[in-house]
Amino acid sequence: MKNFFRISFLIALFFGFQFNSNAAEKAEYLKTDWSFKGPFGKFDRAALQRGYQVYQEVCSSCHSMKYLSYRNLVEEGGPEFSVEQAKAIAASFEVKDGPNADGEMFMRPGRLSDKFVMPYENEKAAQAANGGAYPPDMTVLVKARGGGVDYIYSLLQGYEDPPAGVTLDDGVYYNKYMYGNKIKMSNQLSDGLVEYSDGTNASVEQMAKDVTTFLMWTAEPHLETRHKMGFKAIIYLIILTVLVYFSMKRIWSRIETKV
Amino acid sequence: MSEHEYTPKSKVGKWFNDRLPLLTLANHLTDYPTPKNLNYWWTFGGILTFCLITQIVTGLVLAMHYIAHADMAFQSVEHIMRDVNYGWLIRYIHANGASMFFLAVYIHIFRSLFYGSYKSPREVIWIIGIIIYLLMMAAAFLGYVLPWGQMSFWGATVITNLFSAIPLVGEGIVTWLWGGYSVDNPTLTRFFTLHYLIPFLILGLVVLHIWALHVPGNNNPIGIDIKKPSNDTVPFHPYIVIKDGFALLMFMIVFAFFVFYTPNILGHADNYIEANPLVTPAHIVPEWYLLPFYAILRSVPDKLLGVIAMLSAILILAALPWLDTSKIRSAVFRPLYKQFYWILVADVLILGYVGAMPAEGLYLLIARIATAYYFLHFLVVLPVLGFKERTTPVPLSITEPILGGSPNLAAVKKKDSFKDQ
Repeated sequence: MKNFFRISFLIALFFGFQFNSNAAEKAEYLKTDWSFKGPFGKFDRAALQRGYQVYQEVCSSCHSMKYLSYRNLVEEGGPEFSVEQAKAIAASFEVKDGPNADGEMFMRPGRLSDKFVMPYENEKAAQAANGGAYPPDMTVLVKARGGGVDYIYSLLQGYEDPPAGVTLDDGVYYNKYMYGNKIKMSNQLSDGLVEYSDGTNASVEQMAKDVTTFLMWTAEPHLETRHKMGFKAIIYLIILTVLVYFSMKRIWSRIETKV
Repeated sequence: MSEHEYTPKSKVGKWFNDRLPLLTLANHLTDYPTPKNLNYWWTFGGILTFCLITQIVTGLVLAMHYIAHADMAFQSVEHIMRDVNYGWLIRYIHANGASMFFLAVYIHIFRSLFYGSYKSPREVIWIIGIIIYLLMMAAAFLGYVLPWGQMSFWGATVITNLFSAIPLVGEGIVTWLWGGYSVDNPTLTRFFTLHYLIPFLILGLVVLHIWALHVPGNNNPIGIDIKKPSNDTVPFHPYIVIKDGFALLMFMIVFAFFVFYTPNILGHADNYIEANPLVTPAHIVPEWYLLPFYAILRSVPDKLLGVIAMLSAILILAALPWLDTSKIRSAVFRPLYKQFYWILVADVLILGYVGAMPAEGLYLLIARIATAYYFLHFLVVLPVLGFKERTTPVPLSITEPILGGSPNLAAVKKKDSFKDQ
């Protein structure tokens, strides 16, 4: 058994190194309590719905969400809108379909099976409309940034006037959490920008938290299942390990060598 | 090998076994006499077999849903993560499985280094192991390219560009590897093919590795030759099977923790950005398990020499049985080697650490010192130690220290018999 502690120690050492090397990146991010962190973490359903609202009313005019479908909004472990609500959301978008029998493309209201409608036809169009900067797709954005949710949450609240000596070009803004501090997205959130249907006060902090929670879900739609299954799997493994340990002791007791 | 000729009891069994001796093989594998003092460091062979099978099985399922095309690869991975039933589980097991595989193989290799398992008569086992390790690195690198994220693309670009260091034909080889003038769709499809092939090569080599092991039998913590079967051995089944099983379960708990709770911590965030040939990431870093070699590569200012240094760092291991001149296998009886062993472990960890850091300033200096020491260990320390080191007495058999009154090795050391076995 002593050896196992040594093994665990080595593993800890190995990955300790890793965490260090990954963590040495940027300024301290703002901290908040994420409901989905930890082995029992779950999404806050209301926060996901509010987060969707922020995405829809603020972010989606520039940022696409191309791996998400409207049906996902209904699925377990997500915002869990009712089917009617999700159908209504989908139908509020115009989707290009076709070609029809005449060979023409046509527009029709969205359905649950449609992917989220993109704000721009293509990447070039997105760049042209945003001063050359491409607003990244947001589906897996939190996984694509080193600081994850804390980074996104901080960035949304990190706009400041540039310190003396820093000059910014047109269409470039100062953000203390951005890599290199220069960002082409202007400050998007201001108090009371959206009107939450559940009456929550739409402070900048609240909106940042809600939309980041939503983005965590879009990046990891099966997070809740994963946490639940992980707990069961690990409990199962621990029980089995204990049983096997005693069987092993018993078998090895036939000879005088210790295991 | 087994001490007695095996004959199946049933008539049918005998008929079949005379034509294909599978039952003899099964009997050999269960009866296989194993030193009874093997500690938990010896359980990683079984764990590695488990890792290989896990990678092959999850890989097969992923291959059914993955699309090896530059325009669709990234999207197909997201499809697996979202829409395929338990696709996220399969993919996270496969991605973290690679890390677990390397974690286990490094423990396995360092166990061999500590107990001198590479020494005569086990050189062939060792060399096959090194080939497996090389293939594992190739498979891991190729696999990392498949999601077609930014690190996939740029990692592939950096690594394949290493071949351009070869004089005269280098550029031609790189173009040939790419199937074009940059990493692109032809590169992806061939990498996918090779990534699919290599695990089966590894599987074949694992069979040879185990076969070669079963000729001399296992080394053991005190590194002596033992009589088989004897008081010093136990049959593989049930003793080793249950012990390996127990260790495997402990390993699986760690594995499960990564898969279910921190599935992305070992990967690089940039790989969730789709590959873009026009945007170079700020730092291009390989996966953690390749970092020590990456550090060696970057510590040499010349490209060609860097590549040579990196390759030598791995290939030098194949010469280890002849570089280590000591007749004593186990570090338990080699007080000096034991210290150098831990210095080497620290050296490799340091190389791994600086490999993740930008190659500049202090990091570069540390990388250079650590690289120099790495080679010094194998080329100077080991050969010299074998002649200079005063080893402590080695027991006659595994049971000796125990029958001598105490399993404590301090008791063994008092006996000054068999000093230079």
